[in-house]
Amino acid sequence: MTSKYKGWKEIAPAGVCSKSSRTFLTGDWKTYTPILDLEKCIRCLICVMFCPDGAIIWVPDKKDIEFDMSFCKGCGICANECPTKAIEMKLE
Amino acid sequence: MANIIKQKMMALAGDQAVAYAAKQSDVDVVAAYPITPQTIIVEKFSEYVANGEVETEFVCTESEHSAMSASLAASVTGARAFTATASAGLALMHEMLFVTSGCRAPVVMAIANRALSAPLNIHGDHSDSMAQRDSGWIQMYAENSQEAYDSIIQAFKIGEDSNVLLPVMVGLDGFTLSHTLENVETLSDEVVQQFIGIRKIPNVLTHEDKQSPFRLDPKNPMTMGPIALQNYYFEFKRQQEEAMKNALEAIQDVNKNYGDLTGRKYGNGLVDAYNLKDAEVAAICLGSTAGTMKTIVDKLRKEGIKAGLLRIRTFRPFPSKAIKSALRNVKAIAVMDKSMSFGGNGGPAYHEIRHVLYDSESKPFIVNYIYGLGGRDTSPTQLRTIYDDLQQILKNQTIEEPIKYLGLRE
Amino acid sequence: MTAKEWKFTSKDIANKPDLFLSGHRACAGCAPATVLKLVMKATRGPTIVTEATGCMEVVSSIYPYTSWATPWLHTAFETAAANASGIEAALKIMKKKGRISKEHVDVIAIAGDGGTFDIGLQALSGAVERGHDFLFLLYDNEAYMNTGIQRSGGTPHGAATTTSPAGRAVPGKLEYKKPLADIMIAHDMEYVATASPYYWRDLITKVRKGLEVEGPAFLHVFAPCPRGWRSNPAKSIEYSKLAVETCVFPVWEAVNGEYKLSIPSKVLSLAPQRKKPVSDYLKGQGRFRHMFKPENKALLEEVQRITDKRWQKLLKKCNLP
Repeated sequence: MTSKYKGWKEIAPAGVCSKSSRTFLTGDWKTYTPILDLEKCIRCLICVMFCPDGAIIWVPDKKDIEFDMSFCKGCGICANECPTKAIEMKLE
Repeated sequence: MANIIKQKMMALAGDQAVAYAAKQSDVDVVAAYPITPQTIIVEKFSEYVANGEVETEFVCTESEHSAMSASLAASVTGARAFTATASAGLALMHEMLFVTSGCRAPVVMAIANRALSAPLNIHGDHSDSMAQRDSGWIQMYAENSQEAYDSIIQAFKIGEDSNVLLPVMVGLDGFTLSHTLENVETLSDEVVQQFIGIRKIPNVLTHEDKQSPFRLDPKNPMTMGPIALQNYYFEFKRQQEEAMKNALEAIQDVNKNYGDLTGRKYGNGLVDAYNLKDAEVAAICLGSTAGTMKTIVDKLRKEGIKAGLLRIRTFRPFPSKAIKSALRNVKAIAVMDKSMSFGGNGGPAYHEIRHVLYDSESKPFIVNYIYGLGGRDTSPTQLRTIYDDLQQILKNQTIEEPIKYLGLRE
Repeated sequence: MTAKEWKFTSKDIANKPDLFLSGHRACAGCAPATVLKLVMKATRGPTIVTEATGCMEVVSSIYPYTSWATPWLHTAFETAAANASGIEAALKIMKKKGRISKEHVDVIAIAGDGGTFDIGLQALSGAVERGHDFLFLLYDNEAYMNTGIQRSGGTPHGAATTTSPAGRAVPGKLEYKKPLADIMIAHDMEYVATASPYYWRDLITKVRKGLEVEGPAFLHVFAPCPRGWRSNPAKSIEYSKLAVETCVFPVWEAVNGEYKLSIPSKVLSLAPQRKKPVSDYLKGQGRFRHMFKPENKALLEEVQRITDKRWQKLLKKCNLP
């Protein structure tokens, strides 16, 4: 029987983790998607601070924020906390 | 035996011998909590710390549970960790014993074997460590203070072996050994440290797909003690079983090398056979009882009775092969248990010995003697009845009472 | 860089690489996840984290995945502080013996309210008494959420949990929340503080201050749990603000036992009219829904009474009128 999982001889002892959770995408959990209105956004980064999933990233080169939908769980904290109401949660 | 190293004779009680061995083993962290009859170990070690005789962080924890948690954490940080406990203290550690072996942390722990409550009893028996026999720790039982000293030194070498990486507990009988002064041949600090060496940390595969030292190291972040579910937990348990198998080898190697150095070998490291080669009747025991039993065997031999003794030095991993081989010619066997497995039809050693001999060709008679609970003294006269019974069994070719309580009032 | 020198601007923080990584399996809207992310942004150098069993431990370490980009150890529920003791002792002696580099390594022990108020309290008290150099971070979501919302010593009066359900005879938890931070101050600790993720800059500054203490420091962080509180996930951070604004969870710090209100709570002491009624915080949370029934009016009043009483007591400790 072949398995997608490794055998006991192939893995490190004691459950030492072998993969970063950044390779485990949680984006498909969401039912609501944040939509950012760049016109309204004042780049205060409040949403970056509060996102529990690190799914909002400040890109210094672009001087802008980006949503990483592969991790966003659609909780809506960003929309709730945005001081200029620049984020809207839309049903997927 | 010309190459045996020069040693210094010291008068030490078992606990003192253990503390002295730990001191010489260049232990980095000792996290411990007092409990009779182990207390002398931590007291003695505290003295070494107070007098600047050791380079050790001594963490005087608020419980045995925390003592084991701190020892485990120190060990996975890369330190050599040592602790000691007994009885209720070991029972309180129960949860963390499994975590320690599961984390593959080679902590070494001395157990001054003592009865478990209730009723409260501070004296010697094996109830405490036998209750932990499935906790994933290597278990060794010393016959005397000399062996307690030697075994602590050996335990670091065994547990830290990269093919093993398991915690080791060394049992010494409460009061009988822990508090009794004996002559102990001791090595110099240098020789001990040379024998064990500085703890080597093997590399393992981590989450950046690279080989990193198996410890908490900020330069090579490692996640230890995660949650592993139905898809992986089983594999980690199988790894522990393999490590136990590897320990059988490691214990024998260390016993041999240590023997070559000091002139002291404890059988093959796993079991210690006494007059077994041609024995027809044999007793099997653990710990200090073996000393008395050997004198009884000598007496019986003088009477022309083919008696022998097998002392199980290593109870985990259970040395099935060595036991089977040592007992291959014996016709009637008495297994002595200094603990009970309530409702389990005999003591733990009895279970395991019967299990090992189930598929032996000779099919010897096997009986069980529960003795010495709560420190109850068992006299040589009482012990001798074991051999008398075995001879009777051989004569009648039948067992009348498979499980007996030695020294118990009806 | 000391807490005073580091500005903790939002851009500073956003630019600093995460040590608590995305891809963890916390519920949507989990404030403890926000707390951990922010806490790990406050580290000042090499840091080892040890965590008690609990939600955040489980969601961040489902084998083979890990959300930790720093060395991390979990052993059991009650052991966070004992583990920190062992790690700190090991680092100290290994440095002394030249086995590892002399660089300072911070140790953070993390536990939820169960692992701190209840099962982990003995180990915490012992580790603090021994004076190990570590920061104990409590993320308080006010119940055993990981096992399915059972009451803990940190669950507030009146809250409905699965072991303190709001029934016909008993309206939720009868007992009051244990004043844990005060218990820690009674250990004569150099630094004890409370924080709320809404005031993120205050939280991060306090983490940094705690790390800078040479010895044990304790930080109690309020961490709303939408799953256990039966609240809207989008409002988790808002509740952490309302808890401060109603004085249900004031934010303060005590350096060497000297209590001092932090700005968000200080404002309320200066302008008491801005202090909101507890009902503003309680409403919308399913765990308090029963308190708004007419027959439970007294319970609601009792929560207001105990909140006011504790707030007055705190003001006194801060030498404020």
